[in-house]
Amino acid sequence: MSKSHITTTINGDVREFLCDPSDTLLSVLRDNLGLTGTKEGCGTGDCGACSVTVNGRLVCSCLVLGVEAEGAEIGTVEGIGSSDKLHVIQQKFLEHAALQCGICTPGLIVSTKALLEENPNPTEDEARYYLAGNLCRCTGYDKIIRAVLDSAETLRGAA
Amino acid sequence: MSEAQDYKYIGQRTIRPDGYDKVTGRANYAADLALPNMIWGKVLRSPHAHAKIKSIDTSAAEAHPDVFAVATHADIPNQRNPGALNILAKDKALYHGHAVAAVAARTEQAAEEALGLIKVDYEVLTPVMNLDDAMAPNAPLIHDQLFTNGLPEKPSKPSNVASRMEMSKGDIEAGFKEADIVIEREFRTPTVHQGYIEPHACTVRYDADGQSMIWCSTQGHFDVRGSTANMLNIEHSKLKVIASEIGGGFGGKTTVYIEPVAMILSRKSGRPVKIQMDRDEVFKGSGPASATRNKVKIGARKDGTITAMEAHLYYESGAFPGAAPLGPGCMTIFTPYDVENQYVEGFDVVVNKPKVAAYRAPGAPQSEFACEMVINELADELGIDPIDFRLKNAAKEDTQTLYGPKLKAVGLVECLEAAKSSPHYQSALEQGVGRGVAAGFWFNIGGVSSVIINMNPDGTGTVLEGSPDIGGSRASMQMMAAEELQLPIETFTTIIPDTAHLAHNDTTGGSRTTFATGMAVIEAAADVVRQFKERAAAVWNVTPEQVQWTDGVAINANGEDKMTAAEICANAGRTGGQITGRGNINARGAGPSFGVHIADIKVDRETGKADVVRYTAIQDAGKAIHPSYVEGQYQGGAAQGIGWSMNEEYIYNKDGLLENPGFLDYRIPLASDLPMIETIIVEVPNSFHPYGVRGVGETGIIPPLAACGTAVSKSIGIRMTELPLSPPRILKAIQEAS
Ligand code: FES
Ligand code: FES
Repeated sequence: MSKSHITTTINGDVREFLCDPSDTLLSVLRDNLGLTGTKEGCGTGDCGACSVTVNGRLVCSCLVLGVEAEGAEIGTVEGIGSSDKLHVIQQKFLEHAALQCGICTPGLIVSTKALLEENPNPTEDEARYYLAGNLCRCTGYDKIIRAVLDSAETLRGAA
Repeated sequence: MSEAQDYKYIGQRTIRPDGYDKVTGRANYAADLALPNMIWGKVLRSPHAHAKIKSIDTSAAEAHPDVFAVATHADIPNQRNPGALNILAKDKALYHGHAVAAVAARTEQAAEEALGLIKVDYEVLTPVMNLDDAMAPNAPLIHDQLFTNGLPEKPSKPSNVASRMEMSKGDIEAGFKEADIVIEREFRTPTVHQGYIEPHACTVRYDADGQSMIWCSTQGHFDVRGSTANMLNIEHSKLKVIASEIGGGFGGKTTVYIEPVAMILSRKSGRPVKIQMDRDEVFKGSGPASATRNKVKIGARKDGTITAMEAHLYYESGAFPGAAPLGPGCMTIFTPYDVENQYVEGFDVVVNKPKVAAYRAPGAPQSEFACEMVINELADELGIDPIDFRLKNAAKEDTQTLYGPKLKAVGLVECLEAAKSSPHYQSALEQGVGRGVAAGFWFNIGGVSSVIINMNPDGTGTVLEGSPDIGGSRASMQMMAAEELQLPIETFTTIIPDTAHLAHNDTTGGSRTTFATGMAVIEAAADVVRQFKERAAAVWNVTPEQVQWTDGVAINANGEDKMTAAEICANAGRTGGQITGRGNINARGAGPSFGVHIADIKVDRETGKADVVRYTAIQDAGKAIHPSYVEGQYQGGAAQGIGWSMNEEYIYNKDGLLENPGFLDYRIPLASDLPMIETIIVEVPNSFHPYGVRGVGETGIIPPLAACGTAVSKSIGIRMTELPLSPPRILKAIQEAS
């Protein structure tokens, strides 16, 4: 099988890679490009640990093919916050102790950012339903939802 | 709730030291390591629940151009290791998903392809899929030489019952005679999985000079070293295990599955090997928790005094005998009650399912569910509030347990009182909502922990500890070191080094980390204080006894002299060398943690769907080192217990094949399934720990089963006895009752 040559933009950087037509975007990010912040919990679209944005749309990268990245803008957790300053959402997750093991956290941060871009003032219910695709087995979601609502408030204040 | 002591650093809600890495994606988990020249391993798993393996032909796989090595059971060097039969099956495949062979190839796809080239000749046998079938008179035998242990005489015939145990105190017959009311019920709980979001994965390298390395996600890297070294005949000093960040474990990562296999493949191929389980392999091939059938009988007088408690417990062990957490199930069931007459009998039974593994308070949720359901029914029959009924019979200091010791100071009464006065319990119930209350007990353990604190020339310190951090424990260790040394929390960095850099540590389990490893940190910190005093004494020409360590400063009791930690450390080379504190302990006296939960549930009578509308978890922490992470343990335990009660179960077809090995059909709670989980931290100090700490990780999964079970029963007016309380089961109960 011949490999495809793909040119894409990841977190603002132009990146090129070779991949098989069957490779998922998740495996390309992790195994070809070394962007291991995006996690694999299931590989079947059921856990949200692999959440990224493709052209601004929130997707499970395990359900997207690497070749679909051609010409697209991809956003991963590595692109959120800067090396000297965490994004508000990241800071709020820490302040609220919204992570225990942390394996769900990158996916949740990407999803929360997408949520708050779509809906800067979600109700608790709206946040819970928007994030229903991001499984967390450790926290019972309580502190996650608090961090999300607090992030929303802070971001609204800053806007 | 006691406010025994004033602390300067513990009890605060600090930002965890590993937090930055975890919110930025920088933290490295099991699947995140790639090594130069690395190849990929894949495991071939049995498509049958029960089958003889007549032969395995690996020649075609070996001939595949991209394949570097193939492994079967015959490649395990120590054939006498008891766990080896679960690592790679030998003569029989004992469950759907049992590992049978493995290959390592250039890519994951090539490895997958090569698995298809391995020819296994199976003779399919009748599977034994539940307790009833396993114990039926002519049940097919899973192990033909399994004779029940623990009977007065060795049985004449083998069976699927691996062992029986019994515990009693007082006079059970006399106790029931004293009762005005006796209730006896039988309950069932399903096979459930820990459901950690990170699948098992490892990257392993065997070097020609005999040095080898494992990088994996585990609750105990020293135990990974121990079991892999034993299975593969490697000396401990030549096997370095590095614990990656761990994406959840809950007991399920206290054992090895793929690590020895990867090592065999690496040894054969001469290349580093990575194995990463798929989610489907996690469900099929790693250890879930026991399904059970438990009968409980309790008698009480009209005034609410319990006179006798009896239980008969049956636990599935999976395909290997002795794996079921039967002992803890028997030991915990009646501990919340100060009742003289108790009797418990338990059975460990093999079935064609994966070998069960620990799951948060292993064994306790199932047995205590049965007890708490009957307690709630009795309270109703007696017309007594369920919290008052428990208060009347609650275990307290000096209560004689069924399993041996008398309890020291414990916080059950305090938890019950806090539950009773909680805003939740005080709130009125809406129409159609049922409320359930349940208590839970878990012993907690202590064990071996080894800690080193290296003080640096600038006065900062590095805490080296050996308990993989699953839920923020690095923060607690940092805070305890700070408290003992009276230095700011940021003075300390906590690191969890590999097995070559620290003496053995027991696994993160039994809620032992904050208690036992915390105690080792305190001991190591005290060792640093001792040396600080010696160094200051030497400079001042006084004895160490004349030096005080106050507020992080050495003070000469005979004068005005003061010396800071930074000054002592900067000068350490000239006063005798650098300063290292050591705490190598075997912690005794783990204080048990009791908890009480309240659940409000509303059932839609048309669909059978049950919604948890309000939930409160109350638990004794002894002393909460980091309250946010203590609350997190309560909430996480509650959520897992709610999942166990309401939805989760392994579903097998008639051939014994698992039908729901994925998160779509094995449905753990989602954010949209749960309300906020209110918490109340009760603090009754554990007298064995310098700060009063009790482990808090496990108790929280116990009460939800009966709290939810009772809440659903009340909402629909039918006493439910089997979990999970999924919509079809509730609907069926409603239809049958009408
Ligand atoms: S790994 Fe993509 S949704 Fe789970
Ligand atoms: S923090 Fe462990 S899965 Fe969410």
